[in-house]
Parts: sequence; structure tokens; C-alpha cells
Amino acid sequence: MTTASFPRTIRRLPGVKRPAGRRRRDGVLLGAGCVVGLFVLLAALGPLLAPHDPNAVDPLNVNSASSSAHLLGTDDTGRDILSRVIVGARASLAAPAVIVAVSTTLGTLLALAAAWFGGWLDRFVTGVLDVVFGFPGLIMAVLVAAVFGAGLVAPIVALSIAYLPLFTRVVRAAAVKERNLPYISALLLLGASTSRIWLRHLLPNLLPLVLVQATIGFGYALIDVAAISFLGLGSRPPDPEWGLMVANGAPSILAGHPQPALFAGLAILVVVVAFNLLGTGLSRRLLGDRT
Amino acid sequence: MTTPAPLLEIDALGLDLAVEGAPRTVVHRADLAIPAGEAVALVGESGSGKSLTARAVLRLLPAGARLRGDMRFAGESVPEMAAERLRGFRAADVAMVFQDPRAHINPARSVGDFLVEGLTTTRGISRTEAVAKVTAILREVGIPDADRRLRQRPHELSGGLLQRVMIAAALAAEPRLLLADEPTTALDVTTQEEVMAIIAEARAARGLAMLFITHDLELAAAVCGRVVVMYAGSTVEELPAAELRAGAAHPYTRALLASRPPVGDRDARLRSIAGRPLSGFEVPAGCAFADRCPRARDRCRHETPLPRTAAGSAAACHYPYTAVEEADSHA
Amino acid sequence: MMTLRFVATRLATLVITVFVSSLAIYGAMFLTPGDPATLLVGGSRSPDPEVLARIHREYHLDDPFIQGYWHWLSSCLQGDFGRSLVFRDSVADLIGARVGSTLALVGYAAVLVLTAGTVIGTMAALRGGRVEAFATALTAGAMAVPTFVMSVLLIWLFAVRLPWFPVYGSGEGFAGTISHLTLPAVALALTWIGYVAQVTRTAVRAELRAEHVETARGRGVPERIVIRRHVLHNASGPVFAVSGVGIAGLIATAAIAEQAFGTGGLGALMIDAAAKQDMAVVQAVSLLFVVVFVVINTTVDLISAALDPRLATREGAV
Repeated sequence: MTTASFPRTIRRLPGVKRPAGRRRRDGVLLGAGCVVGLFVLLAALGPLLAPHDPNAVDPLNVNSASSSAHLLGTDDTGRDILSRVIVGARASLAAPAVIVAVSTTLGTLLALAAAWFGGWLDRFVTGVLDVVFGFPGLIMAVLVAAVFGAGLVAPIVALSIAYLPLFTRVVRAAAVKERNLPYISALLLLGASTSRIWLRHLLPNLLPLVLVQATIGFGYALIDVAAISFLGLGSRPPDPEWGLMVANGAPSILAGHPQPALFAGLAILVVVVAFNLLGTGLSRRLLGDRT
Repeated sequence: MTTPAPLLEIDALGLDLAVEGAPRTVVHRADLAIPAGEAVALVGESGSGKSLTARAVLRLLPAGARLRGDMRFAGESVPEMAAERLRGFRAADVAMVFQDPRAHINPARSVGDFLVEGLTTTRGISRTEAVAKVTAILREVGIPDADRRLRQRPHELSGGLLQRVMIAAALAAEPRLLLADEPTTALDVTTQEEVMAIIAEARAARGLAMLFITHDLELAAAVCGRVVVMYAGSTVEELPAAELRAGAAHPYTRALLASRPPVGDRDARLRSIAGRPLSGFEVPAGCAFADRCPRARDRCRHETPLPRTAAGSAAACHYPYTAVEEADSHA
Repeated sequence: MMTLRFVATRLATLVITVFVSSLAIYGAMFLTPGDPATLLVGGSRSPDPEVLARIHREYHLDDPFIQGYWHWLSSCLQGDFGRSLVFRDSVADLIGARVGSTLALVGYAAVLVLTAGTVIGTMAALRGGRVEAFATALTAGAMAVPTFVMSVLLIWLFAVRLPWFPVYGSGEGFAGTISHLTLPAVALALTWIGYVAQVTRTAVRAELRAEHVETARGRGVPERIVIRRHVLHNASGPVFAVSGVGIAGLIATAAIAEQAFGTGGLGALMIDAAAKQDMAVVQAVSLLFVVVFVVINTTVDLISAALDPRLATREGAV
């Protein structure tokens, strides 16, 4: 054996320093939460916060660049872009909020019923949802719009249905796992009623998952609703709605005035990214995901 | 002077892995030597660094890993091998049998692809020739229906059969040293014995040296001529297998022996080692075993013991047991 | 045995999905508060009663629902999708005139998704470090930008600021088509390029760390062969599956790119018809889209299962 000196390097105890990655992720989660909060505030109080009437046209001041009066400039009819983006938050966020609320509520109930009762009900629910999954949401929305005419009803109805399979599948899988845990059998043996188990145990345990799914789903719903408005089948002019603003701003781009379309597009992008980061951050926090 | 240079000599090996960008020492100091044709067991609990030591021999380490110390294979320094030489070394000199054959054999390719790949890609042997060669070796490890097995996918074979395939692949390379990393741990008991017998036969037929990684002290002593014990990233004792029961000098080795029932003695009480085993990166200053050691004194907590050689054995301990104390330790 | 059952289950799901979708597509018409016939004359507010009566007869609107549905479906299956009173043409001809444009757009975008997505993802995983961080940020960005926003952004950047590409229309000849379709195809493909790149990166990284790759390296197999035979070969399953989903997704969202760039295809036709409440056209095009969408998804599932038999047995056992 040799007598080479023993290396006396790095003998620190583990867990002394928190990894930098962890702290950075907490910061991202907080930042995303703040952005989401800001836009929810704009949706609630938009008309009070907007510096101008979003629909006030000014023929003498069209396509103006950024100025102290119009921070983001004006569009092709002289309307203040900042005010339209702020006031547009409500129309842009409300429809996806309804879609996510409807499809998560319905999806959670379906998932719980399927997981709890199993058997033919489970197979039926899963089968129906597989079929719905085969029908792209956008095409469903166009079909419904053709029946009801343009407006937000069509995308809300169609996308609530189209999103159902996504939510239900995830929650069902978790609910099946939860239902098979020994504590549920124990509660049943103790004579706890089904409704009590659902309300006191199953739902609270599944709630974090539902919340994460809803947060991530919100971003996708927002994109889809805005896309339908962009296609001219959702919100009607002159409503300030971001998807519609992108569509209406498109002709100005060719004349070298991209601001109305780009700022509306940027608003969509920021909200979508914020919800996405919030969703993945929550999932890491609440569900311990390491993806 | 008269002893020939060993086939493999690991000399004060240290290993740091990069964990989230920061280096973490997982092996502090490993020393061992394997003479040509001999079998040496490296025994330790999980996290002791024994598997990483075996992988270090092939320099089969994750990105960002740093080696210290030296390893010589037939006198040639392994850490200094250039990329091309390292490939040749892995292909022809040393072969490894891993613990979990199901994970270590590509599930998406056929068993035949796995077996011949080592030969066709590193030796320039044609596939037909390689198939003939592995068919013969498969027969030797107890798989007679090679034709069928070569066409099958790994998931169609049992764990025991798959481990024989892995051994066959290792033997096909005609290495001089076999690294066996807990080759039987993932198998059921009866299969374990068969696999160990196959390895023993193949070694005898080829004069093959072996580094046998295990957590099972009894098995180590049964299979190998020498036993090296590893704890928390350091080799703490090396001794001939025959002297294990009577001659163990390191308190950890003694504690390990005491925690296993002696064969045939049904009434003996099992004694567990107080405290919990440490991983290499958790080791405080001084002797890693000090906190669990009945003989620890102040010095043990400040000064890291270096291996001290005495009559064919070595122990890294300030206050080793002597043979006289044997009765005392079994009291 | 298991595989046969798997194929049968998948095909049955396909048929049921198409059947239920067609029922929904036809039945949607009856959700209208007014006379469904008004949807077939193109939603004009004061339709001629005589025309309405003719529509009722032609589309069997006064017959029981199932009979009307069956009449519509069997006509569709024979290639007779009815007549559009808005466009004053047979629906089949309207579709025939546009199907080429949509196929070219989706095909172009599919090539972009398959090449750029897999190459970016593979490079990111193999190079690691900064290349990987950069590619990950880029693909995450590409996934977050909606197709229609990307469309106007591309028009502004590459047709207005830098006049490299024509803005609107579909162009003539092969070169003309390519130059007119490049921006729409990129806008359409970017989301899915990001998606495929991320899945590819994750799959390749997982395989790089796989134990069987360690085995191959430990045997001295040249790195080039390790990457090709073990890493890329094994990662190809999930990459193929997600690429298929991506291509199906391109079909579902082609309408947005067509509308944004005015390339005029089936999607644009469907949007136009929906805005004019021309139900016959919307029904025919959406049925076509759903069938193609479902057929692609099923094909991808079947091929994935054929490539990796463990998939079929796992699902078959459930």
C-alpha cells in the first residue's frame, strides 16, 4: 500500500447550502403569480384604470407612435392601444375562465364518478371522452359558430366540451389511485357515507391536481378563444378583445404600423407564459413534480 | 520484490461527482490490487461507493466526474489512457457484468444484436462469425437453444436467463478481468446460485481475474480469495477471505460479521450496528465510522486513519482489533 | 394475440369516433333556435319561403332525424356533399378546388416539424450545456406564441420589414407556391416544432442516461454507434408518436394560418362558410378534417405499437 497523502478537500456536510436552482424556481413562481394577479386586476377594474375610452376614435391622430398621451400609440382609427389592451383583459380572460371552470368542474365530477363506481360507468365515460378527444376543439368551435353565429357563446360551449377529456383523464387516473388506497376501504368499513368520503377526503386530496390542471389549461383556452376571435367567429368589433385586435391590426402591419396587432399579441403571450409558469410551479410545489 | 505486479492496482482512488454543478466526493480513498487470475471481493453497504469504484476502473462515469489517484491495468495507467486506447481497453481487457440485466440490455434490440455488437463494432468480426462465437458461449453458460434466443427481445427472457446473456457477452470479449457488480442481487435465490456457478466455471476455464462487488460478506468470502471492505467512500480493510472470521482488524468489518448469523449457529443473536450507514459525501472529518464505532476515541474524530499494512492484510483504523481480541468481539 | 386485439380496439375506436362525430356535425344544425334550413341557405335573414321549402325536401329536414342523418351521411360517403347557395357551387367542387392548397401547406409544415423538431431536440440533448439551455428556451417560446400571433409577427418581420416573402395569396408554379407557403407553414409549424423538439430532447436525454447505454459504452462500442443504435433508435418511439400528434394538430389548426395569410384552403373555406352560416360547407369540411385527424392519430398509434410491442401489450392488458 502506498502512503500518498489523503486528499483533505471538500468535506462539507450536505444540505448546508440550498441549491440555487430551487431558489430560482421559487422566484419564477412568485413572478408568474404577480403577472397573473396583475392581469386579473386589469380584467376586474380595466375600465377604471384605462387612461382613455378604448373605443374613442380620433381621426386626426391615427397610427401615432408612442407618446405621453398614448403610451403605446394609437391604432388605425386613432383609438388608444394601451386602453384597448387594458380594457380588453376582461373579454380576453373571461371566456377562458368560464371554459376552464365548466370543464374542470364537470371533468372532476365525471372523473370521481368513473373512478368511484368503476365498471360500465367508468368504461362509458372513458369511451365517450376518447371520442370527444378525436374532435379538434377549434373545428368544434367553428361548427358551433356556424350554428349560433359569431360571438363568445360558440367558443365557450365548444371548448368547454373539447377540454373535458384532458381534465377528466388526468383527474380520473389520480382518483382511481386515491380510491384504491387502504384508508378509503377503512373509512367504508367504519361506515362513512359516500358523500362524506367524497367531500371530506377525495375532493380535498384531488383539489391541488385540479388547480394545477386548471391553471395550465387556462393558457391553452385563452389561446383558443383568441384564435377564434381572430378568425372573426368570436368577439365582435368594436369590442376590445386581444384576438380581435390582432386581426384588426393585421392590415395596418402592411402599412408599417404593427403596434395594435403586436401589443395585443404580446398581451396574449405574457398571460399565456405566466399561466404556464404558474401551473408548472404550482405542480412542483403542490404535487412534488420533478419534471 | 518477488511478487509479480498485479493485473489491476487501484491506488488511493478518489472520485468526485458533479451534483447540481457542485463537486461531491463519493469515493475518498480506495486501494486494492487484483493479481492475474485471482478474484477479489469489494464489500460494502449501498452508498459506500463500491459500484462507483468498479465503474471507475472502466472510467464509466457520469459527465463532470473527477478522478484522483491512480489505477494501473497490467502496469498501464487507466486515467491517462487516450480515448482510442480506452475504447480498446473496454473492448478487450476488462468486461463488466451489471446488477440489473433488464435495464442494462437495450430492450428495443434483439438479444442477438446485444451479444454480437461488442464483437462486430470493436473487432471487425463479421456478424456470421460473431454469431457462431456467441452461440458457443451461450451453450457454455447453459443456454442451448441459441438460435431462438438470439432472435428474441430481452423482455421475452427471464431475469436469470438475461443475466446469463450478459455474462456470455462479457466472456465473448475474452477479457482478462471481469467486473461483476452484484450480478445476482436482482435474481431469485435458486437462480443466484446457478449464476455464481457459471461465473466460477468460466473463470476457471479462462484463468480470468474478477472484481466481485457485493454487499454480502459471506458470499464474498465464499467466492473470492481476498476481501476488501468499503465504508462511506473509503476502503477500510483488506484481508484474505480465509482470515475474515478470525482476523478482521477494522471495527466495521467486525460489526458487519456480527450482524450476520454464523452458519449453523441458529441460536446466535444478531447484532445490528448502531446508527445509520453514511454515504461517501456525508463523511465528516476524521474516521467515517467514528460515530458508530465502539472503540472510537478523540483522535478518531479529528484524524483520518490511513491504511496500515500488516502480514498480508491492511486496515485503516487507529485502534484496530488484534487477533487476541476475537473472543471479546463475539461476547 | 394481444396485438390483434389492440389493432381491433384501435380500429373500432376510429369507426366509433367518426360515427359519433358525424352525428354531432349533422345534429349541430338542429341546435339553432330557428329553422335549420336557414343555415343551409347561408343564414340570410329573409330567405325566400320557396327556397326554404326546397331545402327541406333536398335535405330531408322534415323526415325523422335519423333518416335525414343517414341520407346526409350516405351522400357524403358517395362524395356528394350538397350544394352551397352562398358560393353558388357544389360543396364537392369547392373542396376539390382547395384541397391541394391545404395539403401543400400541411405537408410543408409537417416536413418542418419532423426535421426541425427532431434535429433541434437531438442536438440540444447531445450537446447539453449552453446549446441545450438555448434550445430549451427557444422551443418553450415557440410553444407559447399562438399561431395567429406568430403569423402577424412573421408578416411584419419577413414581408414588411424585410421584404423576403410575399404577404398574401398562394402563388403559381412550384417556386411560387414554396415562397408563398413558407411563412404560413413556419407560423403553423412553430408550436409543434417546439413541442416535438422538447419531447425529442427529453427522450434522447433519458436514453443517454439509460443503463443499457452505459453497458454499450463499457464494452468499448464507438460513441457514434452508441448514439445511433442505442440512444437515437430507442428515443425514436416517443418522437414518432408526438410527431404524429403534431401532424394531426397541424390539420386542426391549418385554418388559422390560411386565414392569416390569405392562402385560401379548406380551413379558410370553413371559416368563411361559418361566418356566412353556410352549414352545408361547414359540415362537409369539418367532417373531412375530423376523419383525417382521427385516421392520422390511429395510424400513429398502430405504427408506434408495431415499433415497440410492449406498448400494445401494456394497453391491451389494461
